[in-house]
Amino acid sequence: MESTLTQVTDVPSVASTRAARRWISLGIGAAVLATAIVLSVAVGSRTLGPGIVWQVLWHPDDSAASDIVHQLRLPRTLLGIGVGAALGLAGTVMQALTRNPLAEPGLLGVSLGASTGVVVAVAFLGIGSATGYVWFAFIGAALVSAAVFGLGGSGRVTPERLVLAGVSLTSVLGAIIWAVLVTNRAAFDRYRHWDVGSLADRERDTLVQLAPFLILGVLVALALGRQLNALSLGDESAAALGAHPGRIRALGILAVTLLCGAATAACGPIWFLGLAVPYAARLLAGADLRWILAYSLILGPALLLASDVLGRVLVAPAELPVGVVTAFLGAPLFIALCRRRKLSEL
Amino acid sequence: MITLRAGGLSIRVHPRSLAVGAVLLLIALAVALVNLTTGDFPVPVADVLRSLGGRGDAGTDFIVYQLRLPRVLTTLLVGAALGASGTVFQGLTRNPLGSPDFVGLTVGAASGALIVMLVLGGGGVQVAAGAIIGCVVTSVVIYLLAFRRGTQPFRLVLMGIGVSALLDAANSYLIYRSHLDEAIAAQVWLIGSVNGRTWTEVTIVAVTVVVLLPLVLYYGRHLTMLTLGDEIAVLHGVPVQRSRAVLALAAVGLAAGATAAAGPIAFVALAAPPIAARLSRSPRAGVLPAAAMGAALLTAGDWVAQHALPANDVPVGIVTAALGGVYLSWLLFFQRRNR
Repeated sequence: MESTLTQVTDVPSVASTRAARRWISLGIGAAVLATAIVLSVAVGSRTLGPGIVWQVLWHPDDSAASDIVHQLRLPRTLLGIGVGAALGLAGTVMQALTRNPLAEPGLLGVSLGASTGVVVAVAFLGIGSATGYVWFAFIGAALVSAAVFGLGGSGRVTPERLVLAGVSLTSVLGAIIWAVLVTNRAAFDRYRHWDVGSLADRERDTLVQLAPFLILGVLVALALGRQLNALSLGDESAAALGAHPGRIRALGILAVTLLCGAATAACGPIWFLGLAVPYAARLLAGADLRWILAYSLILGPALLLASDVLGRVLVAPAELPVGVVTAFLGAPLFIALCRRRKLSEL
Repeated sequence: MITLRAGGLSIRVHPRSLAVGAVLLLIALAVALVNLTTGDFPVPVADVLRSLGGRGDAGTDFIVYQLRLPRVLTTLLVGAALGASGTVFQGLTRNPLGSPDFVGLTVGAASGALIVMLVLGGGGVQVAAGAIIGCVVTSVVIYLLAFRRGTQPFRLVLMGIGVSALLDAANSYLIYRSHLDEAIAAQVWLIGSVNGRTWTEVTIVAVTVVVLLPLVLYYGRHLTMLTLGDEIAVLHGVPVQRSRAVLALAAVGLAAGATAAAGPIAFVALAAPPIAARLSRSPRAGVLPAAAMGAALLTAGDWVAQHALPANDVPVGIVTAALGGVYLSWLLFFQRRNR
């Protein structure tokens, strides 16, 4: 359905140059991601040369460099790749589902929903491991996604109203979180280190435990590309093309819940990545959501790792948590987006 | 609508608004009285009244004047300041969501206070000063960001959300990097609390209200005209630029004073004016009914925070945030249904 549309509207030569350009920029994106990965392993309070990194990467020994790479930087980098991909994809799916360029897991409160689940699990049920509380993060994220879409309305909904629905839910959830934490010193201490959004100091097996959920979420999101393309024409046109808007939304919410819940359980709420990644991906890839999703999968980790490296460099020898860096990079983008366009075009 | 004339001065009075304002004020004072009587040492109402009249015994005087009255007065005045500030902002932005907490002012005040508390190591009045500076700086930044061939009200709200998100991240970083005890104190302040307030805080917010509320009342006459659009307002002889500037500055000042005394208490400024408007059956709440509603809401919220929850002495900000979030959800849902 969608491919026939493309064939009708595009002259073949134009289509082929566009495809070529897309592949080239995807390659550039992959190169940027590779650079970010290398930097993330090499740069830190003790910067290692690329040669040493390469050598200890394949031949671990007892040297300090080997310990740093294998114990600290490599797990952190892998976690960053997983979380970055998850948040980038989650943002893209949310924006496609709501046809709203301001939709973002952080702004819409989905991350905070996951946080609330985690806080309840930690404070009331005494659950300490990521595999334990990830389920509560899922429940929280799912409830909030459903509520945001319900409150903001699934039909004709203005971007601003959806953001406001998120803000109002955020305040209720914040109240719940603080009501729990204000009387619980130990839980508060853990929460503040988690709430800031950081890739550092996470348990080493966090990524391994969360990998199944992340992979499932990524697969669902990527598989939705074609249906989301149909949905972008509007519910009625999508139905006329043979798609099922309700089913697409349900699967989309499932993907967002899995991705966002797992990412938040892993490293706390990280703001604005889900806003910036789809925006950049749209600039590069055009309107086809299959391509946008592919770009998000690459740009998300690249952006998160780059922010993380930046956080290590900016205030060295101390570190800025990556959540702070992404907020400081992403909020100006949000402001610029709101300023530049007319509100009706948002 | 009744018009009172005395010489060159004429005042239009909306009797129902006045009545609603008076009733709300009485409710606020009644709940405040209840708050004065209850606590770890219950004091009978008669004793409290006698003490307030200056004829109480030493023990009751201590409890009333040192422990409870500062808190109760802070609550009343902060609520009134937030309510008045909210109705002015909502009028100026022509938007029910244009309250100080939504346009990012209270978060800015919080950042100022946190910098004083956690980076500079100050306390008391310095924290309040930090909050006021933070609030004013943030409001200027947001206004400049939203200004583009005139300010579009909704853009102001969105800019506020963006700037709030940025400052929120900065705030949670400041809390993350400090010692646990300081962090807990800062966090309680950040939620908005009237626990353990002293006469210092009462003075801060009282001065704010006494200076700015008359100003807001005087220029607030023009709010209805301003909401109709600049051209119409000019045609009716309203000094548009001056009224708007004075009102905006006074509303920022009221929000800043309230936040300096009690921390960024959520949603009172958002919810008080429309509820007051609904009660007085007018399209927009006057300044006095909104202020009375704010005082009543926050005082009642403080009672709930002290008595209705299992945990001891929950910050009142938690109660208002929970209630306000429900209210805002209802507002969004209701508006959607109306379309």
